[in-house]
Amino acid sequence: MTDSNLFFMRMRGILRKEMLQIIRDPSSIALAIVLPMALLFIFGYGVTLDAENVPIAVVMEDHGSSARDLAARFELSSHFDVIRTNSMVDAIKMVDERLIDGIVRIKEDFSSRVALGETVPVQVILNGVDANRARLIQGYMAGVGEKWAALRRDRGEDGAAPAVSISQRIWFNESAESRNFMVPGLITLIMTLIGILLTALVVAREWERGTMEALLVTPLRRIDLLLGKILPYYLLGMTGMALSVVVATTVFQVPLRGSVLTLLLLSSLFMLASLGFGLFLSAAIRVQFVAAQISVVAGFLPALFLSGLLFDLGSTPLAIQVVSHLVPARYFVAISHTLFMAGDVWPILLPNALVLAFMALVFIGLAFRKLSKRLETS
Amino acid sequence: MTNVVGSVAAARQDAVLSVRNLSKSFTAKNKAVTSGLQDVSLEAMAAQVTGLVGADGAGKTTLIRIAAGLLSPTSGSVTVLGLDSVAESIKIQSRVGYMPQKFGLYQDLTVAENMTLYADLQGVPVAQRSERYEQLLEMTGLAPFTRRRAGALSGGMKQKLGLACALIKSPRMLLLDEPTVGVDPVSRRELWKIVYKLVATDGIGVLVSTAYLDEAERCDHVVVLHEGALLASGTPDDFKKQMQGKVALVSPAAGEPTRPIYTHLASKNHIVDATIRSGRIRAVADNNAVNVVDDALPTGFAGTVAKAAPNFEDSFMLLIPRKGPQFQANGNQPALEKDIANEDVVVETRSLQKFFGDFEAVKKLSFDVHRGEIFGLLGPNGAGKSTTFRMLCGLLPASAGEIRVAGRDLRRSRAWARSRLGYMAQQFSMYGQLSVTENLGFFGKAYGLDRKRLRQRIDWAFEEFGLTPWADKAAGDLPGGYKQRLAMAAALLHEPEILFLDEPTSGVDPFARREFWLRINSFAQQGVTVIVTTHFMEEAEYCDRMLIMSRGDTLAMGTPAEIRALASTEENREPTIEDAFIALAEGQAGEA
Amino acid sequence: MNSLRRILALIVKEFILILKDPKSRLIVVGPPLIQFFVFGYAATYDLKNVRYAVLDESRGALSRQLLARVEGSDTFELARVLSSEKEIDEVINLEEARILLHIGPDFERNLQGGQPATVQVIADGRNPNVAMVALGYLQNIVGQFNRVLAARGVSSRAGPSLQLVDRAWFNDNLQSRWFMVSALGGVISMVVVMILTSLSVAREREFGTFDQLLVAPFTPGEILLGKSMPGLLFGLMNALIFSAGAVWWFNVPFRGTVSALVLSLLCFIVTMVGMGLLVSSFSMTLQQGLLGAFVVMMPAVVLSGLATPIENMPHWLQTMDLVNPVRYIIVALRRIFLEGADVAMIWPQLWPLLIIAGVTLPSAAWLFRHRTQ
Repeated sequence: MTDSNLFFMRMRGILRKEMLQIIRDPSSIALAIVLPMALLFIFGYGVTLDAENVPIAVVMEDHGSSARDLAARFELSSHFDVIRTNSMVDAIKMVDERLIDGIVRIKEDFSSRVALGETVPVQVILNGVDANRARLIQGYMAGVGEKWAALRRDRGEDGAAPAVSISQRIWFNESAESRNFMVPGLITLIMTLIGILLTALVVAREWERGTMEALLVTPLRRIDLLLGKILPYYLLGMTGMALSVVVATTVFQVPLRGSVLTLLLLSSLFMLASLGFGLFLSAAIRVQFVAAQISVVAGFLPALFLSGLLFDLGSTPLAIQVVSHLVPARYFVAISHTLFMAGDVWPILLPNALVLAFMALVFIGLAFRKLSKRLETS
Repeated sequence: MTNVVGSVAAARQDAVLSVRNLSKSFTAKNKAVTSGLQDVSLEAMAAQVTGLVGADGAGKTTLIRIAAGLLSPTSGSVTVLGLDSVAESIKIQSRVGYMPQKFGLYQDLTVAENMTLYADLQGVPVAQRSERYEQLLEMTGLAPFTRRRAGALSGGMKQKLGLACALIKSPRMLLLDEPTVGVDPVSRRELWKIVYKLVATDGIGVLVSTAYLDEAERCDHVVVLHEGALLASGTPDDFKKQMQGKVALVSPAAGEPTRPIYTHLASKNHIVDATIRSGRIRAVADNNAVNVVDDALPTGFAGTVAKAAPNFEDSFMLLIPRKGPQFQANGNQPALEKDIANEDVVVETRSLQKFFGDFEAVKKLSFDVHRGEIFGLLGPNGAGKSTTFRMLCGLLPASAGEIRVAGRDLRRSRAWARSRLGYMAQQFSMYGQLSVTENLGFFGKAYGLDRKRLRQRIDWAFEEFGLTPWADKAAGDLPGGYKQRLAMAAALLHEPEILFLDEPTSGVDPFARREFWLRINSFAQQGVTVIVTTHFMEEAEYCDRMLIMSRGDTLAMGTPAEIRALASTEENREPTIEDAFIALAEGQAGEA
Repeated sequence: MNSLRRILALIVKEFILILKDPKSRLIVVGPPLIQFFVFGYAATYDLKNVRYAVLDESRGALSRQLLARVEGSDTFELARVLSSEKEIDEVINLEEARILLHIGPDFERNLQGGQPATVQVIADGRNPNVAMVALGYLQNIVGQFNRVLAARGVSSRAGPSLQLVDRAWFNDNLQSRWFMVSALGGVISMVVVMILTSLSVAREREFGTFDQLLVAPFTPGEILLGKSMPGLLFGLMNALIFSAGAVWWFNVPFRGTVSALVLSLLCFIVTMVGMGLLVSSFSMTLQQGLLGAFVVMMPAVVLSGLATPIENMPHWLQTMDLVNPVRYIIVALRRIFLEGADVAMIWPQLWPLLIIAGVTLPSAAWLFRHRTQ
């Protein structure tokens, strides 16, 4: 029998073993399939930065027709749930009780000043605790104001439009759907969990349970061992990824504008970089308890916070941006956002892909060095 | 005594393993260097079983691991099948079968899947597999269980599966590291049958380390290691020849209790070893055993002393230099005469049952244990003794029936009962990262000892178990025998009335085992009730009474003499407990 | 008295087990701190240095004035000046700029002639949040520009216009860092607590020491208490350090009472300990413990309102989210820090936590003994 035949036989054996172990431990299936699906549905149906039905109070200190007209505009907007009140004191109380998120105060001279054609201030008070949401609400309110003015112009009550107006277009994501942004990030997160968390445990577990010793005395080469660990978890991670992509694009209508092949290729690079990191951790540590903790701190949390999948990295201090360059997820988040929403834009994809490829090589190389065929740590 | 027993070069056969001036030292993180092996040279031949024996820390496992290419020697060389263990380790690994102490089975894979894994890894051609599997499955008796997960097999079956996996490629050499630890005698015999058959038919060479000296006696060649150095080697007969006249058998007169005499003798000078065998005491002396024993016997002894044929165990006990604190039973005190049957019943069970799903693991078990009694729970792996044991200490709720501990229903007074019992698990279950002192402190406080009492008890434990030098060492780093001592010290810290010991001596060297039983004896004499499971049948001799279980049922219950009597036949008038056990277990198997 | 001593011994043991291993010792204190600072800076929706490109075909004084206003803001950073429309695709596609301002050739002419003029803005929607917020900023800038034009009489007064005079309460400058950092402590300490506790029983099961614990005269409640303590203490310690860091390092105002802070953190961490121990007592192996913790933690964080408001979720999801302990602590922390809440004011957040803890802790204790192989 030739050497290569023997190699394939060894690979088949170790791969089958890993697959069986994955299939028989409900926790790895939960991680690769149940968790992505649950998160996908949460993102798909629920989690969004776009606000609807924001409770606000409109304080009507003026009851003129222009004032009623403006209040009606707020009521008609799907962004707001309006409570009309005549007293500012009541409205302030409602903010304190968290019943409403903002107050629009139409003062008593509103109608008369409108009639005079002046610029009329409308007082707006927002709960700024969630600054991001407050800013969104601010935008919505400005929009309502514009609409009110436009309507008046249409009815011929007023003259020309304001001097400069913005005509805006959002490329790649026309309606600015958060979902389109969150799902690619979610895929990154799932792949990180499988790549780093799960693999960090599997080698350490073999050391702890003594099965590693039995593996080491077989004619298994180091490279077999490494491949045997990488391939199954690579497949598991890619399955989780593929499943998420299929559900996201079919059920939740998230666009995938790049080619599937590119996605496959580049996510493979990211998967390998994560796997390499996870394997390196567990080969170096050999104790599940510690490997688990380190993989969370050094693998999962940075992928969540420092990858740009939730928070914009461009707005962080320089030091943070520098650190973020060490996180593989950062590159894949950039890749997947472009791939899903923009398409195969190689000038963006390529540099990120190259960094991932380099990281994959380094981590797998380190893992290979740490995976010794001898019991002593090197 | 050095390399004088026998001569390696006597029969110039094919050497499958040759070790030349092998030394191995380990460097810890703090740069402390400990020596594993020093200048060891030996050979193992094809078609022979070479036994590696020695106390804990002798370097047996290190030697086997170096031969398997898992460790590299510090100096010297090891050649396996003519291949160097460092340069050609991969080649060695494809020609050798190795079974590590913690067998390398994947618990969540089935028997067949485990075998296929190792067949793939070893590159066994697919065409040859079905025949080979059939052969191995038949040999190991695992054929009916191919679809069962390895984790669900009994200890004995696991070992056989481990052996089958090691044999999957018909290796030319087999390295076995304590293959029979935790295996019941029936399975043990079967395992050895397989090995001997392979040696005879395929001519493979076997290097086996073992803690069972009766197994060593059946080896073709025995190598004794001690603290990393080679002490002696030769055939078992070579060893036995040296022992002529150094072994005496003491038969107490009818009605005279054996145990007090045994405890008395064990503590005397010049008596290297004393054991109870078939109701008699076997004593090994450094010279002229009969005279030494005569002098040492308590006044008023009415029995007889006779010369006995030596075995390998005797010479092993004499060979290994003892050092460190040795247990001194209170030999000078007059042994407590007690009539156990009249003591209070401490543990009683009535129609105890346990179901796992539909499977009845324990079938209506009823027995009583009296105060100060040593009660043995015996049976092959999977007989339900662990389940019974776990129910008795409250780890597992009973499905039906009653357990009363010191007169109280266990179901109602669990915490009360637990504070009165000490428990030593089969698996080492002290906190590995905590130091010896911290472990003892924790368990002492867990049982509510106050500060002063705790201090006293920990001092007692250090002295009694010779743990003082290890006080600040992490429990996980202790050598095997000391781990066992620590576990026992922890179980005894709160002076329990009842002591539960689950296979306390499995994986422990013969010295630690002897010491252990002497201790148990002395505790029992102080009124502690001991319930113990064991796979070493000769240890059953130390029990006052025993219950032999099979398939959840009582097979036999009684004193060692009564059990032995059950197996007394025309051919074998003086059966050992092991003979009786096997006869009983196989009888049962035959019926089914 | 006896019981007290036993519990104490158990607690001491749990601590030694965590602190003995230098690697694990480091993990309990070091990384959470680093995380706090790193993530404190990273977790922000406040935009800074948003790269934009300009295509000014008008090249007049007015377009320059408008562009000067954009450039003068902290939010935007000029990445490139384009010379032709053909470059637009490239500059957005390649993420050279996330916003493009396109001022047409007739901009100046229209304005001078009293006609409305349009600025075309293209935003990169790959990060819709950034796009939306940046557009909002631009609207503001243009609004101000319009008012200046009107004041200077460049454009005719086009009838009445609204001016929204807004003020954000509790967070005047609308700093999202305040909002994130005040709650971040809760989330990071949750990760520490969940990992410590979810592994603690599973680890003893895997090493066989759990039986030894079960035969000792501990009641399940005592074991529960012992197992809870390290998570409780380290979690609380971390959370308090984070709160201090939020105030002194990130200058988040602390307007509430310390007693409310400590009490709400305590309630939350007890609840998380209950969750962790429940996961742990279900698990037979470390792997199951750790992965189980993640399967619980991830949705809990996503649905907590940390990054996206709970109010934006559909109602059915908001109802389901009522059992999510993380949402309560996030609201409580923000109210304490930014709104000056005291114990009475956060009580609506505390009692749900206590109810959840009241279910998870006893279930975990029951499982200690009843989940056996």
